[in-house]
Amino acid sequence: MLKIIDVETKYGNILALKGISLEVRSGEIVTIIGANGAGKTTTINTISGLVRATKGKVFFEDTDITNLPTDKIVGLGVVQAPEGRQIFPQLTVHENLMLGAYLRKDKAEIKKSVDSIHALFPRLYERRKQMGGTLSGGEQQMLSIGRALMSTPKLLLLDEPSLGLSPIFVQHIFEVIKEINNRGTTILLVEQNANIALSIANRGYVMETGYVTGEDDAKVLLTKESVRSAYLGHGG
Amino acid sequence: MDIIFNNYVLQIVTMCCINIIIVLGLNLVSGITGQLSLGHSAFVSIGAFASTLFILKLGMPFWLALPAGALVSAISGFVLGVPILRLRGDYLAIVTLGFCEIIRVLFLNLRITRGALGISGIPHYTTPGIAVTLTIIAIIMMYNIENSRFGLALRSIREDEIASELMGINITRYKIIAFATGSLFAGVGGALYACQITYISPGDFGFMRSFEELCMLVLGGMGSIAGVIAGAVILTSIPEVLRFASEYRMIMYGIALIMIMVFRPQGLFGKIKVNM
Repeated sequence: MLKIIDVETKYGNILALKGISLEVRSGEIVTIIGANGAGKTTTINTISGLVRATKGKVFFEDTDITNLPTDKIVGLGVVQAPEGRQIFPQLTVHENLMLGAYLRKDKAEIKKSVDSIHALFPRLYERRKQMGGTLSGGEQQMLSIGRALMSTPKLLLLDEPSLGLSPIFVQHIFEVIKEINNRGTTILLVEQNANIALSIANRGYVMETGYVTGEDDAKVLLTKESVRSAYLGHGG
Repeated sequence: MDIIFNNYVLQIVTMCCINIIIVLGLNLVSGITGQLSLGHSAFVSIGAFASTLFILKLGMPFWLALPAGALVSAISGFVLGVPILRLRGDYLAIVTLGFCEIIRVLFLNLRITRGALGISGIPHYTTPGIAVTLTIIAIIMMYNIENSRFGLALRSIREDEIASELMGINITRYKIIAFATGSLFAGVGGALYACQITYISPGDFGFMRSFEELCMLVLGGMGSIAGVIAGAVILTSIPEVLRFASEYRMIMYGIALIMIMVFRPQGLFGKIKVNM
């Protein structure tokens, strides 16, 4: 479904991605794990077109999206819920969700999507008239994911959904991510919290300083000694 | 009745209306879309000169010259917007400020605008009735824009440009449309101004006037139509109300502005905080 072939991305003169290749197949949850500065967010932003690959190609369902503008990529069904929950703080929760559906025209279908998001995150329904900025961190994360789902993505890109959340909330968010996947959305999940990411993913990629250094089934990665020592915080 | 509706008062009312229309345009650009413009009076100037020349040189009737002048202003806004709206914050402010000066100097040196002499003898077409009617239409239009799908997209650009890109919004295109629409309102205001004062010169539309328009917007509250009305009415009439204080009135004007910024930084009617 998504294919990244030998992509390099630069910030100024600094090479952030040094020729990475990865693939996401339809229906999967694929996770990219790695430390700070490994290039995980850059990978996702390159897919979304927020930063441009200087070399290599990105294909989505056989369409070359390497140089498409972001709004066109979103239109194809590749939607990102950005890191740090970039919601719109001075718009209401409802307006935030409606912006997620910006490219959709059918009002009745949009209404249905809103209802399904409310069912997924009842808290968002309670707070639909509140400003986004008044929500707690966890609620903002729900809103960010809900907003991305409003565009009925084929491929959902999640950047650090666990960032800054309490453990109990992380658990809840990841259950929802699993549920979203069960309903048919393919997910590419970038996470520092490798443990929980690998526990719901089908496959995983390990990134280090701009390279993909490992790729395997999530279950295998979970037990691999090198991964355990580097990212899972035990072994050694 | 004559004490309330004398010519002097009606003239102030007309000026208030003109400023409301102009600042509504600025509100769309800066208050709603969040793009700080310090060159709004350039578009007032373009609207004023264009419609004046249409009337005097081409003999157009006022009802045609006004929209034609506004259209020229909107097209200028579009043409300027294409290259500059990739800039953000202070950079955009400086470029718009520069544009404001370019237009002033251009009109100062063009033969057709009669340079520093300005154009006098413009027919006095702007009646209080026309001004009030157009203001009401402008307010209704702006209310509808703000609450439309398009307006929601503009507000999302103000909040977070990257996130709105990720919603599938082509942010450069929307900013340009907002800028051109804002310029259209400025142009209408400029045309009304020319036919109210009956004399225009390039010096009337310098960057000080841009600042004055921004003051009205900030005082009333960014992104709030009620705020635009309040800001424009207050700052247009304060110098008149304070006329008894003669040369001290500008000091009082300044103090009033400072007090409001200290005690109500979001403006009189503003609900949102705009980060530029």
